[in-house]
Amino acid sequence: MRRSMLFIPGNNPSMVQNSPILGADSIILDLEDAVSIDEKDAARHLVRNALLSLDFGDAEKVVRINSIATELGYDDIDCIARVKPDAILVPKASEDAIEEIDELLSTIEREEGFKLGSIKIIPLIETAFGLEDVFNIVKSSKRVKAVLLGAEDLTADMEIKRTKEGEEIFYARSRIVSVCKALKVDAIDTPFTDVNDFDGLLKDCEKAKLIGMTGKAAINPRQVDIINEVFSPSLDDLKWATRVIEAYEEAQREGKGVFSLDGKMVDAPILARAKNVIEKAKAVGLI
Amino acid sequence: MINALGRNLPDYIEGYGKVKPFAGAFENYKEVVKSSVKLKSVKPGDDKVLSSIKEALLKCEIKDGYTISFHHHLRNGDFVLNMVVDEIAKLGLKDIKVAASSIFPCHAPLVEHIKNGVVTGIYANYMSGPVAEAVSKGILKYPAIMHTHGGRARAIESGDLHIDIAFIASPACDTYGNINGVEGKSACGSLGYAIPDAMYADRVVAITDNLVPYPACPIEISQEYVDYIVEVEAIGDPKGIVSGTTRITKDPVGLKIAKLAAQLIEESGLLKDGFSFQTGAGGTSLAVAAFVKEMMKKNNIKGSFAAGGITGYIVEMFEEGLFRSLFDVQCFDLKAVESYKNNKAHQGMSSSMYGNPHNRGAVVNNLDVMILGATEIDTDFNVNVTTGSNGVIMGGSGGHSDTAAGSKLAIVVTQLTKARLPIIVDRVTTVTTPGETIDAVVTERGIAINPKRLDLLEKLKESKLPIFTIEELKQMAEKMTGVPEKIEFEDKIVAIVEYRDGTVIDVVRQVR
Repeated sequence: MRRSMLFIPGNNPSMVQNSPILGADSIILDLEDAVSIDEKDAARHLVRNALLSLDFGDAEKVVRINSIATELGYDDIDCIARVKPDAILVPKASEDAIEEIDELLSTIEREEGFKLGSIKIIPLIETAFGLEDVFNIVKSSKRVKAVLLGAEDLTADMEIKRTKEGEEIFYARSRIVSVCKALKVDAIDTPFTDVNDFDGLLKDCEKAKLIGMTGKAAINPRQVDIINEVFSPSLDDLKWATRVIEAYEEAQREGKGVFSLDGKMVDAPILARAKNVIEKAKAVGLI
Repeated sequence: MINALGRNLPDYIEGYGKVKPFAGAFENYKEVVKSSVKLKSVKPGDDKVLSSIKEALLKCEIKDGYTISFHHHLRNGDFVLNMVVDEIAKLGLKDIKVAASSIFPCHAPLVEHIKNGVVTGIYANYMSGPVAEAVSKGILKYPAIMHTHGGRARAIESGDLHIDIAFIASPACDTYGNINGVEGKSACGSLGYAIPDAMYADRVVAITDNLVPYPACPIEISQEYVDYIVEVEAIGDPKGIVSGTTRITKDPVGLKIAKLAAQLIEESGLLKDGFSFQTGAGGTSLAVAAFVKEMMKKNNIKGSFAAGGITGYIVEMFEEGLFRSLFDVQCFDLKAVESYKNNKAHQGMSSSMYGNPHNRGAVVNNLDVMILGATEIDTDFNVNVTTGSNGVIMGGSGGHSDTAAGSKLAIVVTQLTKARLPIIVDRVTTVTTPGETIDAVVTERGIAINPKRLDLLEKLKESKLPIFTIEELKQMAEKMTGVPEKIEFEDKIVAIVEYRDGTVIDVVRQVR
């Protein structure tokens, strides 16, 4: 489950140390935007040592590297991949970059004796070109398991104003969701940047969930609980799914091929959705 | 001798006397006799208003060796203690004992008076800043005596702490000695710590910057206790009077701890109608209050009272109808002062009513839940809030031990590590509060329940809370920080930590 993906500056020892206890499903240790150029080297080593020594519990360990259009990105991969993070988050992702990183990771995995393909890739879609090419980006490596929308950079690239309401990113969200559903990977929504507006965050999460986003990035630990709640199955969802499964099991016992619930026919897609809700509820500890 | 917590104590301490060792938190509840009071009656027509502090000292016939008392409602903005001790020094007096309910950094001038022998003894419930550092270095002639808030009231009422002259910093005082804390430029609210001083001192002097015509109502400390009144330009600095720590933390680690603590309270079964609660003014403690508030609102729970040093946040909960009343020994901010002034159910209380174990029942005995802090806690759940990681005095019990003993669920909230040091240790540097009165420790990485609380452990058996043994939490901390080296001390005892019942729970030795 990647309901919440929390960015932690890679150059802040106490935040890195406390990151596992903040309740996020994924911790993104950031070597890119949060770190000034003169601290890149120190942050890389701090993150490397944290991955070696800290117990992250159930949280997914993701590292956002610098662009591999620069030397920094290569150094990040060489240093970080050797301590086996769960995934690498690739800024301003492109098809070429993902292919290149896939190869670099394969080389390192062979050298270090890791299982081939064990380090995942999460492309960060934050350019107009990346958005239009997102299908190919996801297809370019089997390591890609999720896509993260970066709306701040995307709107800057598109020369449009970013708003709290987010109407301007409706197409971007929809396109990413569509591709992610088609290719069976997670669609992670862009962060909500006002860290003190929790009502606004809630609305933004609900809007993203409504169109199919499966999780959301957080830039402040105080955002995590709301994001987790929205992207977890609701109690109503759970009740409904439980009833569908019970009705299905009863139909099976009675040897019925098709069955109905509350007067409505339950077909395969509905059953699949109910099973999906139950699985998600189990994954987040609701059951 | 060894006390019940295994602390090595001398039988007799010079400047203190025979040591009564701590025997257990509830071993010394008994029939007690209160001290009688020597007072000088006032005839009709006598004028109590004097022209200066010097005149008051002379009228009170101050002598070498006297014990003078102060209260700390003006906190780090207090001017009164320094003004009085300066005048005493000018009179050439020596060997004065200062019994201040708390001493703050603003009392730094006291260090010079300690060095030159004007002041040779200190009694305090809490000490921080230059005076605390000077005491830790062994500069004070006799060991400082550290009380709890309730323990100080007990000591005064029993005569263990005899006050020759009490000085009451008075935000409003009339010409016959009626005092309140809610009016004037130095309004600080409840004067709860000053009440035992006023009732049991041989002489009582009100120092005020707001002398008003008789009668001043409301009356908190009445004319029957006050001998003299002195008007001064200012008794305190409002900037220091209001505490700076009354905001809910935004620190994610503090919030995580607070959320876990609130969940523990909910799962303990105590959060129901009639619930009573106390929390300090720290950011994490207030965050616990914020989470508890949401739970109370969600479940439509009406509490009976909140107690202690009252903050604006607790006042908000009271005004929203979440508590029927507030018991207030000390207001922490102006919102609390305003509420204390205007709400009848915002009830003042003396420190004796608050926490004295030797009266007919203290308010702390009716507390369901108390949120406490710690600088160290050991695997026996003993808590240190007296000395820092370097062994220097930086606090004291205040109401810590009183509320821990009285409440049904005493929860210590703390980060597992602070400034790269583990908070959970094998043996605390100084015991302030005995482990038998602490029920749970909540950290960002897990909760430890005192194994003596079998009932609570049973209740939490099915809970999803991250419950560990305290030893497991200690190991988690040490994995991050390593094991710190032990602090070395000299043999000299610089402070005696009295438990609330007057027994000695620990001593503080001079730092190297």
